[in-house]
Amino acid sequence: MNAPARDMRGSAAGPVLSARDLHTWFELRQWGFLRVGSVRAVDGVNFDLQAGESVAFVGESGCGKSSLARTLLGLHQPTRGEVVFEGRPLGMLNSAERKAYLARVGFVQQDPYGALPPFMDVRRILHEPLIVHGVRNRAEREQRAQEALEEVRLSPAADFLSKFPHMLSGGQQQRVVIARALILRPKLIIADEPVSMLDASVRVEILQLLRSIQREHGLTLAFITHDLSTVRHFAERIFVMYAGRIVEQAEVNELLNHPQHPYTQALLAAISDPDPDNARHQREVPPGEPPSLLKPPDGCRFHPRCNRMIAGTCDRQDPPDFEPRTGHMTACWLYR
Amino acid sequence: MRPLLEGLRRIGRYPSALVGLAIILALVGTAVFTVVTIPYGQALELWRGGETWRMHPVNARPAWVDRIAGNNLPQTIIVSSDDAPITEEPFVGGKRLRIPLEFDFDYGGFPSELNLFLTSSHAEREPFVRLTWETPDGRQLNLGGRRPAREERVSISQDWELERRLGRVPHVGLFAAPGDDGPPEVLDGRYRLVLDAITFEEDARIGADLVVYGRVHGLAGTDHQRRDLMVALLWGIPVALAFGLIAAVGTTVTTLVIAAAGVWYGGWVDAVIQRLTEVNIILPMLPILVMVGTLYSTSIWVMLGVVIALGIFSAGIKMYRAMLLPIRESPYIEAARAYGAGNARIILRYMIPRILPVLIPTFVTLIPTFVFLEASLALLGLGDPVLPTWGKVMNDAQTQSALYHGFYYWVLSPAALLMLTGLGFAMLGFALDRIFNPRLRTM
Amino acid sequence: MAGEPLLRVEDLRLHYRSGSGVVRALDGVSLDVRRNEALVVLGESGCGKSTLAKALMRLLPRNVQHFSGRVLVDGVETMGYPEERFRREVRWVRLSMVMQAAMNALNPVIRVGEQVAEPLRVHRGWSARRARARTAEVFGMVGISADFLQRYPFELSGGMRQRAVLAMALVTEPDLVIMDEPTSALDVLTQASIMNALKRIKQELGTSFILITHDVSTSSEIAERVALMYAGQLVEFSDARDFFRDPAHPYSKLLMASVPRLHQEETPVHIPGQPPNLLDPPGGCRFAERCPSRFDRCDRDPETFRIGERRTVRCWLHAQESGT
Repeated sequence: MNAPARDMRGSAAGPVLSARDLHTWFELRQWGFLRVGSVRAVDGVNFDLQAGESVAFVGESGCGKSSLARTLLGLHQPTRGEVVFEGRPLGMLNSAERKAYLARVGFVQQDPYGALPPFMDVRRILHEPLIVHGVRNRAEREQRAQEALEEVRLSPAADFLSKFPHMLSGGQQQRVVIARALILRPKLIIADEPVSMLDASVRVEILQLLRSIQREHGLTLAFITHDLSTVRHFAERIFVMYAGRIVEQAEVNELLNHPQHPYTQALLAAISDPDPDNARHQREVPPGEPPSLLKPPDGCRFHPRCNRMIAGTCDRQDPPDFEPRTGHMTACWLYR
Repeated sequence: MRPLLEGLRRIGRYPSALVGLAIILALVGTAVFTVVTIPYGQALELWRGGETWRMHPVNARPAWVDRIAGNNLPQTIIVSSDDAPITEEPFVGGKRLRIPLEFDFDYGGFPSELNLFLTSSHAEREPFVRLTWETPDGRQLNLGGRRPAREERVSISQDWELERRLGRVPHVGLFAAPGDDGPPEVLDGRYRLVLDAITFEEDARIGADLVVYGRVHGLAGTDHQRRDLMVALLWGIPVALAFGLIAAVGTTVTTLVIAAAGVWYGGWVDAVIQRLTEVNIILPMLPILVMVGTLYSTSIWVMLGVVIALGIFSAGIKMYRAMLLPIRESPYIEAARAYGAGNARIILRYMIPRILPVLIPTFVTLIPTFVFLEASLALLGLGDPVLPTWGKVMNDAQTQSALYHGFYYWVLSPAALLMLTGLGFAMLGFALDRIFNPRLRTM
Repeated sequence: MAGEPLLRVEDLRLHYRSGSGVVRALDGVSLDVRRNEALVVLGESGCGKSTLAKALMRLLPRNVQHFSGRVLVDGVETMGYPEERFRREVRWVRLSMVMQAAMNALNPVIRVGEQVAEPLRVHRGWSARRARARTAEVFGMVGISADFLQRYPFELSGGMRQRAVLAMALVTEPDLVIMDEPTSALDVLTQASIMNALKRIKQELGTSFILITHDVSTSSEIAERVALMYAGQLVEFSDARDFFRDPAHPYSKLLMASVPRLHQEETPVHIPGQPPNLLDPPGGCRFAERCPSRFDRCDRDPETFRIGERRTVRCWLHAQESGT
């Protein structure tokens, strides 16, 4: 149904990570056994991530972007479809291979304080993944922990190794989280809203850090965010998600300058840049709220809120991906 | 583990915690001292009772009680022939001996008993001993003659003939000032029991120990079997602490691990654990222990095992589960899964350490409850048959109607020690609770 | 605008005790809010902006060590009011508040309608029926259908709950509503829609607002004046137009430059360093350590200089302009 996105920079090797018709549904049970339906958090997602690119999955809360991240990490089992890492579907891996996969994928979470065990010092936090992956030599672990801290610009590393998370500022905590994600030398980093819990003044710093590490090591960076205004600076491609699906994807500037899907257009229109004139007028906001993922609407999931809805089409049939502009895909019947 | 250490360092700010800690340390110190000075085997031997205690009074109260009351009741006096100026007159085929056993008696009460322990090293013919009691005012009473065996106890107190002659029990009559009317009064001064002996073998020897049993003894007094209660009170400390600590550690650790495993795996594992817990919670612990004690064994180790076994699926599981559930969902656990940490590692290294600081106060306050449980079992007669414990002391006191006879110290001292133990752990535990449970902390 | 402002705060100080010493959360804050005006208080977390909101509502923590200054409502000094009088005459009557994360603090077992009507029942002694009618009206204003009155908080989305707590603050028709980070946890579309509702309410009811936030972009949706806080002090207090177009204080400038904008190619800057510890703030200007324009006078605590009609700045750089 959805054609996989083409890599726009034409890398010779295959994609690092792909999603093929990926579905992650959560069964909802009443009294522990009665099935009352499924929450379709991820509902038919396809994409390819190329080596060394930085992409952003953008959407509102409840659009399934965090469930997508966790499915990619193997924390949720896909209900249907598969995640393919370097050509091998995750579902086919045995447990040792799965563990090896986890070492190739780093995870940066939203809440840096929550992501660090409060009873471990930074040293222990950074040693843990290495211990789990069988690095027995303590000196080697220490060496790698120091390197990782230098990498995230926490220097001198020795000062931070013996600190506990609560002794660090939010920004420093998030750097430790990033250092932990890097310590196993991954190929891909998945960052779930890495800065939304941080102070505005630190956000840019952390995003720049992630970006520079990504460039330096040629990592693939998939970051999940609700904040379109920062995306331009830290990602090359954007996937816009709505109600468990990707509704639009394009290169950053293309998407920001020429949004095609009515939902993307609404999102962009709702974002304010600091301007005193904002206070003078009301913003255009589509009515209603995102649909329940338990019973998503038929057809295009945005159609109940869409002011350009084509009756008889949008409310009946799922829109496939169209390509109204070169390299710019959108799942909207307007571009039929 | 730093938060733990930081918390412990903050104890200094809570005087109650320091007092509690001081009590606990004092108890531990005494326990160590006890175990070193009275080794386990010796303690069991002592507590078995018998001849070891023959020179101790029966049901004597603690000396300090008497001191406070200002009664000046007698302590036990032992006069040995080894210290006596013995005069010997040998003759052919034997010798004549005169052994004067002298002692000063100036107490505000009569002794509780009077015994003479004779030893004789004769080969075939027993010697003959004649006893004469000399009072400070110069009266002399003939206490009759004996032909002692190699070891002989002369129970002067139970000499019915003498009692009839004196008109009073001998240990009162022999010490009373002359006069028939009214209650007897103690005649102070130097008393002497003279042994005039004839041996019929030249190298035979005679030894004698006169025991004037007091009415007070030591710091703890004695019981109906002449045993010094101090032995049980002291040995009760290590037993109680060990029982409490092992039971608390055993139940807490297993409960915690099981609860964490249930929370982590969820599904049927959790369901089984929960149902087991619910069944176990309604099982009454004490009757089960009584049953085990009656039908199987009252050994303290068996009881300990049963207590731990019953304590594993206790209400604690529910509590830990409630604490661990949100932790299971916490991002750092998710991060650990994302870098490939296994189930055991997540349970033991990530979930349990998170709630340990909160559990420490509960753990500390749990210890005395097991101490009390052990004492209750002993009081019910299910105490360990050989170990001296506080519960056993109270059990003896109860069966001997101690309170009816006014031997209140017999009940009070073990009870006070139990309370002190409870108090120490409670004070420390509550202070720790304030340190580790920030919700209770006032800013 | 002539006459006495609706709310005037002079030299407000609030220090509280913590485990490691006295935290000077508010250290001499002076500002005013006029009738039907929206004032935005901006600042990083820990700058004292939430403390300011609580101090205005006199919802003080128990460990207050020092609380002083003047708070005038319609020119009437209220600092001297005993708690009971303040509760009866000011709190929820003249001033109401939407606390930070209030949407998550709704009682889960009481219907939303009842909770929102609570201030009416408590402060005005209205009947349940009358309060319900009024609540339905306010629900309409903030954009929730009256059907939601009968629902429980967990049946509402985050945006709806935020609207409900906003309704709770508006239901007694206060003159001024203080909102502490009312939209930070919400999605872009919901944020925009709530800001739309606020604009409408301000226009229709003439309510004044104090919006406390760290989000410069969203704050511009309603701001008429901006107060920027740093380390317990007010560093700039300006007309919104001036502030957003031409910030005066070095911190304001850096802050504005750090805001990511949708249609801007350059990467936003970040402000190096960290705010000072309020346990022991530095002697001179509190921003000096991170300030690119620092000079020798900054070792002394800067005065607050007035620039033109509509702006005060607490920075030595502006000593000349103000003519002092």
